[in-house]
Amino acid sequence: MATLTSAVDLKIPRPGGGGGVTEPPVRGGGDGDRGGSYPDYGGRLRRARVGLIAGLTSVTMIFVALTSAYIVRQGLPTYNEVTKTYVRDWMGVNLPVRLLLTNTFLLLLSTVTMELARRRITQRAALAPVASIPGVSLGDDREVPWLGITIVLGFGFLTGQWIAWRELAARGFYVATSPSSSFVYLLTATHAVHLAGGIMALLWAGSMSVLHRPVERRRIVVDVAGWYWHFMGLLWVYVFALLYFAR
Amino acid sequence: MVAQEAHGHGAPQGFIRKYVFSLDHKVIGIQYYFLALAAVFVGMFLSLLMRIHMIWPTAVLPLVGEIKPETYLSLLTMHGTIMVFFVLTTAPQSGFGNYFLPIQIGAPDMAFPVLNMLSFWTTFVAFIVMLAAFFVTGGAPLHGWTGYAPLSALPSAGPGEQLGADLWITSIAIFCIASLMGALNFITTTLDLRAKGMTLMRMPLTCWAWFITAILGLLAFGVLLSAGILLLLDRNLGTSFYVPLVVVNGQVLGHKGGSPLLWQHLFWFFGHPEVYIAILPGMGVASQLLSTFSRKPIFGYKAMVYAIMAIGILGFVVWGHHMFMSGMSPYSAFAFSIMTMCIGVPSAIKTFNWLGTLLHGRIRLHSPMLFAIGFVSLFVSGGLSGPFLAQPVLDIPLHDTYFVVGHFHLIMGVAAIFGIFAATYYWFPKMFGRMMNETLGKIHFFITLAGTYAIFMPMHYLGMAGQTRRYSQFTEVAYQAKLIPLQTFMTFAAFVTIAAQFIFVINLFWSMKKGPKAPDNPWEATTLEWTTATPPPHDNFGGHTPVVNHGPYEYSVPGATRDFILQTDPLTVHQK
Repeated sequence: MATLTSAVDLKIPRPGGGGGVTEPPVRGGGDGDRGGSYPDYGGRLRRARVGLIAGLTSVTMIFVALTSAYIVRQGLPTYNEVTKTYVRDWMGVNLPVRLLLTNTFLLLLSTVTMELARRRITQRAALAPVASIPGVSLGDDREVPWLGITIVLGFGFLTGQWIAWRELAARGFYVATSPSSSFVYLLTATHAVHLAGGIMALLWAGSMSVLHRPVERRRIVVDVAGWYWHFMGLLWVYVFALLYFAR
Repeated sequence: MVAQEAHGHGAPQGFIRKYVFSLDHKVIGIQYYFLALAAVFVGMFLSLLMRIHMIWPTAVLPLVGEIKPETYLSLLTMHGTIMVFFVLTTAPQSGFGNYFLPIQIGAPDMAFPVLNMLSFWTTFVAFIVMLAAFFVTGGAPLHGWTGYAPLSALPSAGPGEQLGADLWITSIAIFCIASLMGALNFITTTLDLRAKGMTLMRMPLTCWAWFITAILGLLAFGVLLSAGILLLLDRNLGTSFYVPLVVVNGQVLGHKGGSPLLWQHLFWFFGHPEVYIAILPGMGVASQLLSTFSRKPIFGYKAMVYAIMAIGILGFVVWGHHMFMSGMSPYSAFAFSIMTMCIGVPSAIKTFNWLGTLLHGRIRLHSPMLFAIGFVSLFVSGGLSGPFLAQPVLDIPLHDTYFVVGHFHLIMGVAAIFGIFAATYYWFPKMFGRMMNETLGKIHFFITLAGTYAIFMPMHYLGMAGQTRRYSQFTEVAYQAKLIPLQTFMTFAAFVTIAAQFIFVINLFWSMKKGPKAPDNPWEATTLEWTTATPPPHDNFGGHTPVVNHGPYEYSVPGATRDFILQTDPLTVHQK
């Protein structure tokens, strides 16, 4: 039986590349001839990535708005009835830094496992035409479940954030204690909600594997979820830096 | 089978998948359109109640009862919100854009059909949540469509500021999420699904307008969503983002240190681009129709594209002109003033190009063309008062007067509505396979145009005379009471104009069933939607993907056998 290993250097098909069936006569388009036949996984991947960029732009705007509000609110004076003067009511939050650093480590580690999962499935998608030949095996059925590890690390991060919120409360910082603590909860929660969306996308990608969907389709989901995950990692570093350095 | 594959999803069979949870962009476009139609009648009914109350303040109306000052504030809040979000944002962009953007660029559907369906149903939920505000304890909120804090941030500030305000904010937040999903889809579709030969500079101006509008939405709605979340936290969790130390009914509330101006900045960073989100699609439609019905290429196509871009970019740096009264630094006010007046440049480019398109054209005055010309008229009339309000020295006395109400209703409200009407009369044959009645269309146009001017032009004079907006009645102030006859005239003009809208609705529904069958290209237009069957098949082009060889406005080309060249017509030997 012929056996191929993943070390074989096969070029990944260009998005939209290839021709084939008689109709539709022309596919894709715009400013160049992209050609192609269906199912056009390359085209779908390209489309999903464009959509992802647009989606991440809107997420960025949400955090830009919150950052803007953070900076403005930090500088606002408030009237103190006792001293009859205007004072700043912004108080530095005693962040559980060690715990947050641990969470950061978990999330950054998860971006590494995510990237490994993304590259692995990219490779598998490239080899899919070969693997579909009867009698051909790629010979490495026992793989490290990078996607599963990423999901576990993602849940670990969220759990860590939950513990951090409990720790903040234990230190006397609640949502309405001070505008600074309001922003700590708001920014971390907004990030957590977005990250939870990423976990759902990864779970979806995992379920596609269980349901034996074509590897090319799974690759699209994992690829887009991967870039989204990397963005979430970057975003968390930004949020943490803002909360720590602009206390 | 090939068509099905090309489409990515097959034609639905059951009623639910075909008409309710459809993935077809055409069905979704029609769903958006009818949602906006329902919303516009709700909004129009609320405005009718306000106008009746202004001239008969003691009248007890059936179904509504006595209109108290706080009821009046609820009416204006819900009128503005429903009209801006669920009509002006929904119909031109999500409705017509959804239906015609893919067809005009030669695509079988939107880039993400499931997301498209989710966008619509999320918008629908937002609308239901918004309407629910009428039926909860305390009723609908009082804070106007701009939701200014601290009024909007304090549940104890008034009866409508209780659960009604929470529902209002929640609805807006849901609407933001829906709009972001829609914007993402529009941008990806435009960038990635254009047919072969459909270069960016061959796109119809409608597509350019939808594309730029989607970018504006993508950048603006996220900011409003963030602002809304902060507002909900202030209302429900005791935070102080927007609320300073306040005393309500002698009681000191727990907030301190927040700034109402923070809300204004965040809101207007969204709010001003929102004006262009409402009007840009109308500009695209007007450009499309003026060229088609003048049988001439659009005057200055590239200039029109760059003008749309310039308006979009400038729209993000002028939000401060809504806040000249907030005590901002004169230097900031000067900068916002200059940037605002700069928008006059691309706006004038568009206006003169529209007029240039009409000049020496062989004009066909069908109903859609009349509404397109009406759009230009309203855009100019409403736009000319813009430079007045853009100057702080003039804006300060005119702020919160009827001058402002007249200005934004003409340019943002009714002009955009005329864009919707123009689009309806123009594309109805393609959407429903039948023609609308021309006579009824023309009657509808002339009454609506005259009625619109009769309602909104006097508002400029009222504003200059010092009549303030948001007052439920004017009988208690001597100088304002003298202006009531003009308000009475406007109310009767509103009666007539609103009655004329029923002509439109009758025409719309009657024509769907009984109108004469429409040919595939009744207006002898050039763009791709007119190259396919009427109504278009599930995958838009019956299994083929069009190849584009021409620009979108090739009318009256010298030497051509007919006075229009379809974008898909083959190139002649000479053109090759």
